[in-house]
Amino acid sequence: MSDKSIISIKNVIKKFPVGDGFFTALHDINLEFKEGEFSGLIGPSGSGKTTLLNIMGSLDVPTEGEAIVMGQDIAKLSHKQSALLRNMHLGFVFQVYNLLPVYTVFENVEFSLLLQDHTASERKKMVMDSLEWVGLQDMANKKPAKLSGGEGQRVAIARAMVKRPEIVLADEPTANLDAKNAHAILKTMKQLNKELGTTFVFSTHDEKVMGYLDRIISLEDGNVKKDELVTAQFTVD
Amino acid sequence: MKLAFQLAYRNLIGAGLRTWLNVGVLSFAFVLIILYNGILDGWNQQARTDTIAWEYGQGQLRFGEYDPYDPFTVLDGHGVLPESKQEGLIPILLRQGTIYPDGRMLSVMLKGIDVDQTILNIPTAQLKTSNANIPVILGKRMAESAHLKEGDEVLMRWRDKNGTYDASAITVAGIFDCNVPTVDGGQIWMGIDKLWEITQLQGSATLFVASTDEPLSEEGWEYLSQENLLQDLADMIEMKKYSSSIMYGLLLLIALLAIFDTQVLSIFRRQKEIGTYIALGMTRAKVVVLFTIEGTMYSILATIVGSLYGIPLFMYLTKTGMGMPEASQDMGFAVAERIYPMYSVGLVLSTVLLVVISATIVSFLPARKIAKMDPVDALKGKMQ
Repeated sequence: MSDKSIISIKNVIKKFPVGDGFFTALHDINLEFKEGEFSGLIGPSGSGKTTLLNIMGSLDVPTEGEAIVMGQDIAKLSHKQSALLRNMHLGFVFQVYNLLPVYTVFENVEFSLLLQDHTASERKKMVMDSLEWVGLQDMANKKPAKLSGGEGQRVAIARAMVKRPEIVLADEPTANLDAKNAHAILKTMKQLNKELGTTFVFSTHDEKVMGYLDRIISLEDGNVKKDELVTAQFTVD
Repeated sequence: MKLAFQLAYRNLIGAGLRTWLNVGVLSFAFVLIILYNGILDGWNQQARTDTIAWEYGQGQLRFGEYDPYDPFTVLDGHGVLPESKQEGLIPILLRQGTIYPDGRMLSVMLKGIDVDQTILNIPTAQLKTSNANIPVILGKRMAESAHLKEGDEVLMRWRDKNGTYDASAITVAGIFDCNVPTVDGGQIWMGIDKLWEITQLQGSATLFVASTDEPLSEEGWEYLSQENLLQDLADMIEMKKYSSSIMYGLLLLIALLAIFDTQVLSIFRRQKEIGTYIALGMTRAKVVVLFTIEGTMYSILATIVGSLYGIPLFMYLTKTGMGMPEASQDMGFAVAERIYPMYSVGLVLSTVLLVVISATIVSFLPARKIAKMDPVDALKGKMQ
């Protein structure tokens, strides 16, 4: 982990319209994430974890304040710039994997690369490397429907990692997995964090995930209650 | 754009039966439009060819007072054209008459024509070889309706130039097969010399048929080019096309409605997928393009599928033709017993364009909704 800031959240407030008024999901959040961090946002449902993660992923914008990701103010980006940021620098892992059902595993992982300028042979190599990281190189031609939950999530990780993003944002990645698969997934991510220096930010309330984190940010009702560096319970070689 | 086509193709093929149902309906509409227009074009072409060969020649010079749509003009609608002006023209004299086959009375149009003419397909040479007093030739349908056959004699009554009624037996010297009703139904053809003789209208003609398309000008006569003469036929075919377009328009509408419905449902059901596309780095505009192309590709696949069964069908029909029912011979213009459809490049291209553009429009309309989607809501599948 370096000292260089990769995500900077400054006085971020996020409000959603509800009826005639507004619901404030995030209250004046200030956070800094360094390159190569393996950190997590934890808290109960409705605490603002996913909202904050969406803002960091430029899928949403703050109502007030600044969210600087890779040196770019999310609120000031056009749709195109925002899409480019996500495509080039950010990887997403979702709770329900969000694999594209009509594509094969290979095609799912390849998708982000199709939006970039890579030759077919480059893409093939990158996809196979990525599938090898998650141990699914033999399942390249399978459709998502044929995969188990753990395999599906590993494909999602491969898809997030294939373009070698600086940041991976994982929203409850183990929520639908059994303990064995959850640990396997987390080990894979930790390994990638270690080997590639990718910054991982999790949104979770799964204690298994917390065991791998180096930093835990506790959110409650849209406020940061605690932000502490911890010694990961589980490590990788 | 290439990527959008690749992805759209993958999505459609991946959607399986839903895709092929839409493609099937659309391809059927596509084939039917081409088939029906091909039949009308073939019909038009056949009618033009037959009408030119049997009735119009390269043009006509009509006596000014004669109006083919007004039977009252037949009696006095004739004149004499100086012989020096008749080069390359064949005279036809029209008179009204009555025949009495099997004791029935039938009104007929007597048509005197130069027996040596070669411009029209009417087999006038048969009139030269007959020894009968008044030899005539008839079309097949006229012969059938009058119960006449070759060699039969029948009483005919007519009026001469003074309006005096006269009657004599005529002999059927020949029966010809012709698709042009105005040459066949209710028509009796005889040598113009004989008609002049029995009506005392020596040298008179109602119209002349030209052997060349050179325009003619003569006082008291009206020249009608081949195109002028065929205009009514073209108008009738065009009208037929418009009326039939309602039928295949409806079919196309059903197919387009199916695509529209699929698109609306698709956008609703595939919200998470749309959100994922955006999360992975596609702009919303690109996702709109992707979904629009998916809809457009239905029409492209329909063109391919339609070609698979349409081309052999079209080739077969072009070779064997389509049999027309007996009743169609009474439609008032030339209808052959078999119509050979004609498929022009223009017809195929315009149909493909019509189907592709319509499918693109109906795909784009629901896809516009994606441009307003919040990716977070889309990822949650929350849009209504």
